[in-house]
Amino acid sequence: MIYEVSNLAIIIFLFIVGLVLGLSFYFARKTKSASSYYAAGGNIHWAVNGIAFAGDYLSAASFLGICGMIAYSGYDGFLYSIGYLAGWVVALFLVAEPLKKLGKYTFTDALDSRFNSKYIKLAASISTLIVSVFYLIPQMVGAGDLVVPLLGLPHWIGVLIVGSIVIFIVATAGMTSTTYVQFIKGALLIIFSTVLTFYILNNGFTLTPNENYHKFDKVEALVSNGTDFSISDPDYLVKATRQAGSKTFVKLEKGGNEYWYNVNKKDDKITLEEALYTTLKPNGEKLYNGAPKSERKFYQVGHLSKIVVDGKEVAKSGPVGPFEFLRIVGNSEVVRFSKNTFQDGDDKVTVWNQNVTSGEKVMKPGLIYKLSKDAGATFWDRMNFLSLMLALFLGTSALPHILIRYYTVSSQRAARKSTIVAIAAIGFFYILTLYMGLGAMINGVLDVESSNMSGPLLAKSFGIGLFSIISAIAFATVLGTVSGLIVASSGAIAHDFIDKYLQVEMTDRGKVKAGKIAAVCVGVFAIILGILFKGMNVSFLVGLAFAVAASANLPSILFLLFWKKTTAKGIASSILVGIVSSIGIILFSPTMYEKYGLIPKDAPIPLDNPGIISIPLAVITLVIVSLLTQKDNSTKDFSK
Amino acid sequence: MIHEPVVETGIDKAAAAKAKFGVIMFVIYTLVYSGFVLIGLTKPEWMGLEFVGGQNLAIIYGFGLIVLAIVMGFIYNYYCTKMEDRMNKH
Repeated sequence: MIYEVSNLAIIIFLFIVGLVLGLSFYFARKTKSASSYYAAGGNIHWAVNGIAFAGDYLSAASFLGICGMIAYSGYDGFLYSIGYLAGWVVALFLVAEPLKKLGKYTFTDALDSRFNSKYIKLAASISTLIVSVFYLIPQMVGAGDLVVPLLGLPHWIGVLIVGSIVIFIVATAGMTSTTYVQFIKGALLIIFSTVLTFYILNNGFTLTPNENYHKFDKVEALVSNGTDFSISDPDYLVKATRQAGSKTFVKLEKGGNEYWYNVNKKDDKITLEEALYTTLKPNGEKLYNGAPKSERKFYQVGHLSKIVVDGKEVAKSGPVGPFEFLRIVGNSEVVRFSKNTFQDGDDKVTVWNQNVTSGEKVMKPGLIYKLSKDAGATFWDRMNFLSLMLALFLGTSALPHILIRYYTVSSQRAARKSTIVAIAAIGFFYILTLYMGLGAMINGVLDVESSNMSGPLLAKSFGIGLFSIISAIAFATVLGTVSGLIVASSGAIAHDFIDKYLQVEMTDRGKVKAGKIAAVCVGVFAIILGILFKGMNVSFLVGLAFAVAASANLPSILFLLFWKKTTAKGIASSILVGIVSSIGIILFSPTMYEKYGLIPKDAPIPLDNPGIISIPLAVITLVIVSLLTQKDNSTKDFSK
Repeated sequence: MIHEPVVETGIDKAAAAKAKFGVIMFVIYTLVYSGFVLIGLTKPEWMGLEFVGGQNLAIIYGFGLIVLAIVMGFIYNYYCTKMEDRMNKH
């Protein structure tokens, strides 16, 4: 897709980035000690910390990923909102206060507080690094997606810009500036998402999203021998027929141009419906609807085919209330766009065909996660759903970059209060994601090549000003989250590994310097991964990060707090088993097989989310190893 | 303790009582959350049934889980603060 670049968008973008960098310069002068660099000196106000929690947590996955997933797959995207928020309950009720009491700078400090074990230091620092990197990938992918319409730059430049700015922020000022960046962008994101939702409700429903919206062609056809299509209208010429799974596509020539049409059979009547398509030539050239990208023949999509208000079909609704909005979507009919790929000679063709879906199906789980037998759900489909919900529930309180935020406040009471502020702010935002996602689904704004841009593009349909602000905030969202992740990663390398595990003698200033060098290295690595993973939905990727965190870290945290027989070797082995099993399952999953260019059905493990296997495996390992190494605990005095 | 916190937190006599209360709150929320997952796994068709005010069960249950987390958070904070004030006073 080609986007018009606006000067206003560039000015607002530069203002937000300038604000962030200005804050970093300001706080850099105050960052002299390790406690200031890693934990903001432990004197952030709980209310500021709560909103900073929200800013840290409402990453690219929440605003870009969830909205995009809802826009393409309805309620299944909202499952992420529910699971992400439910995870905070585990953090508040079980983890927040004890962790605040046990730790100093990092999650490893807390885990190791009773044992002073080299095994724990090594395992926990590896785990922190791996989980943070898994979480960094989607943030960088989201940043790259954002700059395409915002600044008219290629995806990889976006990744490079975010990486460079964040390395600068973290390498100069650490946790203090990271906290205030997250506070500002968290507050702005919630405020402007509310404004966007207000626009959606005020706009209501219409069958024609805007005056320039593409009118999809439709033509009746006859078929003989199953695959030979003919059209009575002499304006059309049938050029080819291709099969992609259960779908049949016909290439028609009309007015000297070629287009792919989807075959729709209903009551013995065959209708060919126009689709969007890209063609990848053997020489690497990519055509959009048969023409180079610069000819702008590719268009944004997403509309309603039927609007039902109070039992009557209408063409337009006018402003609606929040509950009425959801009710009308549920009673109406949405045109979604389904992706199919096939070979046409030497060309690789990707087609997005119209998929008319009842609102009833959009408003309940099932479009991604098949659950009912009628929809052909298998045992593994259900396990995928269960695995996702488990990983989201248990993942939040195991994310190192979230856990370190408990060390930036002064007391356990402040840790608890900041968690509650975070839950309220994040919960409110997640309710808005359903409106923003559904709004994007029906307002003709979807870029079929990138689900991640649905939220910002929806804002663009309401005006370039709103789009510019929302996109700049989304960019700052990525900056804030990536900053937190890089602080956590640099803490794992410099504080946990070099200082505590290798016991390299360093002054307080030396520790800060080591942290900054580590931040630069992690940042460069994140830039490379962000470029490699272009095109994947960021919320899906974050779901994987949650599964790795829940498998590697959560069993250790909970057993340390609630089971006295837990040993250092039990914790270390549980972390390593959690990491290896969760990443192993991900690498051999259908989604990764597709990423490798292989057939997803050939994947040896039919699960996309590993939590259902890797979390119990880590728990069992911890219990068995702890029971086998009880004599280690008998020599220690835990009374303190 | 081997690693001291950045800021000294002092002795919290209410810690055990708060931890117990936290576990109770966690169990309650987990049961409600499990109910949502269980319906999805065993009776997915129920998710589409109209429940209250023209909204289906999926919407009511999903929104309910988010609102419940917020409400339980406030209740937890209220009682924990009361416990701290009472037990740490003496």
